[in-house]
Amino acid sequence: MEFRLTDDQLALRTGFRALLDGRFGREALRAAVERPAIDRALWRELGDAGLFSLRLPEADGGVGLGLPEAVLVFEEAGRALLPGPLVATHLAAGTVPGADTGRTVVAASDGALVEWLAEADEVVGEAGDARPVRSVDPLTPLHRVTGGPEHPGRSAAAVLTAALQLGSAARTTELAVQYAKEREQFGRPIGAFQAVKHLCAGMLVRTELARAAVYAAAVTSEGRWGGADTDAAGAKLLADDAAVRNARDCLQVHGGMGFTWESDVHLHLKRAWVRAGQWITGAEAEELIAAAL
Amino acid sequence: MDLRYTQDEEVFRGQLKEWLAKALPALPPAPDPLDWPGRRAYDTAWQRMLYEAGYAGLHWPADAGGRGATPTQHLIFLEETERAGAPYVGANFVGLLHAGPTIAAEGTVEQRARWLPPVLRGDEVWCQGFSEPGAGSDLASLRTRAVRDGDHYVVSGSKVWTSHAEVADWCELLVRTEPVSDAVPKHRGITWLAMRMDAPGVTVRPLRTLAGSTEFAEMFLDDVRIPVTDRVGAENDGWRVTMVTLSYERGTAFVGEVVACRRTLGELARTARDNGRWEDPALRRRLGRLGAEFAALWRLTQWNVSESQGGGVGSRGGGGFGVPGIGGSVFKLRYSQARQELYEAAADVLGPDALDLAHPWNQDRLSSLSYTIAAGTSQIQQNIVAERILGLPKER
Ligand SMILES: Cc1cc2nc3c(=O)[nH]c(=O)nc-3n(C[C@H](O)[C@H](O)[C@H](O)COP(=O)(O)OP(=O)(O)OC[C@H]3O[C@@H](n4cnc5c(N)ncnc54)[C@H](O)[C@@H]3O)c2cc1C
Repeated sequence: MEFRLTDDQLALRTGFRALLDGRFGREALRAAVERPAIDRALWRELGDAGLFSLRLPEADGGVGLGLPEAVLVFEEAGRALLPGPLVATHLAAGTVPGADTGRTVVAASDGALVEWLAEADEVVGEAGDARPVRSVDPLTPLHRVTGGPEHPGRSAAAVLTAALQLGSAARTTELAVQYAKEREQFGRPIGAFQAVKHLCAGMLVRTELARAAVYAAAVTSEGRWGGADTDAAGAKLLADDAAVRNARDCLQVHGGMGFTWESDVHLHLKRAWVRAGQWITGAEAEELIAAAL
Repeated sequence: MDLRYTQDEEVFRGQLKEWLAKALPALPPAPDPLDWPGRRAYDTAWQRMLYEAGYAGLHWPADAGGRGATPTQHLIFLEETERAGAPYVGANFVGLLHAGPTIAAEGTVEQRARWLPPVLRGDEVWCQGFSEPGAGSDLASLRTRAVRDGDHYVVSGSKVWTSHAEVADWCELLVRTEPVSDAVPKHRGITWLAMRMDAPGVTVRPLRTLAGSTEFAEMFLDDVRIPVTDRVGAENDGWRVTMVTLSYERGTAFVGEVVACRRTLGELARTARDNGRWEDPALRRRLGRLGAEFAALWRLTQWNVSESQGGGVGSRGGGGFGVPGIGGSVFKLRYSQARQELYEAAADVLGPDALDLAHPWNQDRLSSLSYTIAAGTSQIQQNIVAERILGLPKER
């Protein structure tokens, strides 16, 4: 039994972090918030780097890796707050032409929501009655839909979305800790105060628990072991929790600064809310797991 | 990242399961949970059976009489013994998980030969005399004094919350051998001694816990003479030795319990389906959430074990938190809370029966209250996570 990441997996993660740092750093994020649109050139670069074709067999032009590797890469995307229908396009690789290389942007309906519908080249699932909503996340345009067939990749979609949430949860923990070390009040860094310390410790605990659940779900879903669906649901539930609650605590640690548009904290919180509503909600996950008890 | 067990590991598991199926029916009936002498007899008998089957001190190094098993084998052992309903380590806890490993790591050849085999055989039971009335979370401020008199230390003071003191043969005792002063900060001047519980001057007064049992005690030490040869580590170097001891307290100590919690959760669901409480969506959803929590805690354990197996180079924590030992405090913080939530849910499943102490869930509900306190409170664990893992400034 070996849960640690292999050297190849570590290298994959490092590589994607470097790519996103260079190509979608803070300035790019802030610019995107002001003019929300899918950066087609970036989408192709992500395609070339294998983000969408990661799990496609090499014989079909893919990278030939599995869900555990995809989860590591999506975690990085979550850290960077990378926008776009990443999960939908990734799932469409191999079935929708051009999805694997990032030449085609694919949106998908999860039965309740579709993100980036207007900008997508293709839509998977029923979106005939899609109605635009004013999305809470400035960088995720949303449509509401009613019903439709279940997406065939629902379980994998839930795990990948959970990975995005995990990345965000880890990032807000870092942002809070960094701020707590620098910001001084009463003549000391605020991180010396226990109330602040305990908020930060709680954030790490949530992140680590979610990480164990997400990585394990990636492994069990991949091998289609027993309980894969409840593992995916559990991972989504704990990662949603970690992302949403960590963003809130991060905002608290930032004080008034956290309540401004300039700080990135609200972007993490709003994106976390959107993702928590996608694929499997908390209530659905709890019912699914309860039914299996 | 591969959660499958290797062929060797599965062979180990198979042999263990086979042995458990034969051994457990031979156990005497379980004692009343409030009867500590009965529990000692039961727990040491179980230890003896493990010893004779070659499973004693599984994770101890071979040169200390253990089996030198890998952390994963230890994990499998804890998982399977719990699944089979085998007894807990119980009264042997301190000997097997604290004192034994500490002596194996820090003791002399003579000390290892004297103390380790009886622990493994279940002949001698140890207790932990660290906490004092004035030194709990702030353990380093302990005041029990030891004064050198020839080849003995003469020890006076008192200890508290000493688990199993009533039934123990030996105590791992922390004493102050150098008074605190400007020159001697409180973490220095502490010494780790092994004390016989039947030595003249030792008085044990059992304390009743809120769950009704006398699982811990107060201990009064009145000019107790302890041979200098029973000191582990150097004089005044006890704090470092203590850190060795405490590092064994974390790790896999709760593995079997996570398995037990998952089993209890399944029983909760069955009971709720039978008594109609399942129709309450709020309760159903709480049970579902606990299912996710305990599954994740189990995964976290597997991860911690994996990392300890690999020599402690962490690969988790994309944000640079991948330090060894991250798992223990993180795990304990969440587990202690989740265990309390589990038994809160049990009370809601039971309804009016939640007030009947004859139901074991209600005993467990009471005992669960100690988890956020014993072995370092949640507040102290959060300080540890914040300062040692996240690198936030020290309190003082
Ligand atoms: C069931 C059980 C078994 C035990 N067995 C043993 C044993 O075998 N041997 C042994 O030596 N000890 C044992 N203990 C003692 C245990 O280690 C202590 O109870 C624990 O470390 C807390 O110390 P205390 O009880 O003195 O509480 P205190 O230290 O007085 O703490 C009281 C409250 O103040 C909080 N607090 C204290 N300091 C801080 C701080 N710096 N920041 C924030 N909050 C703080 C604590 O979190 C707690 O909420 C046992 C305890 C229990 C409950």
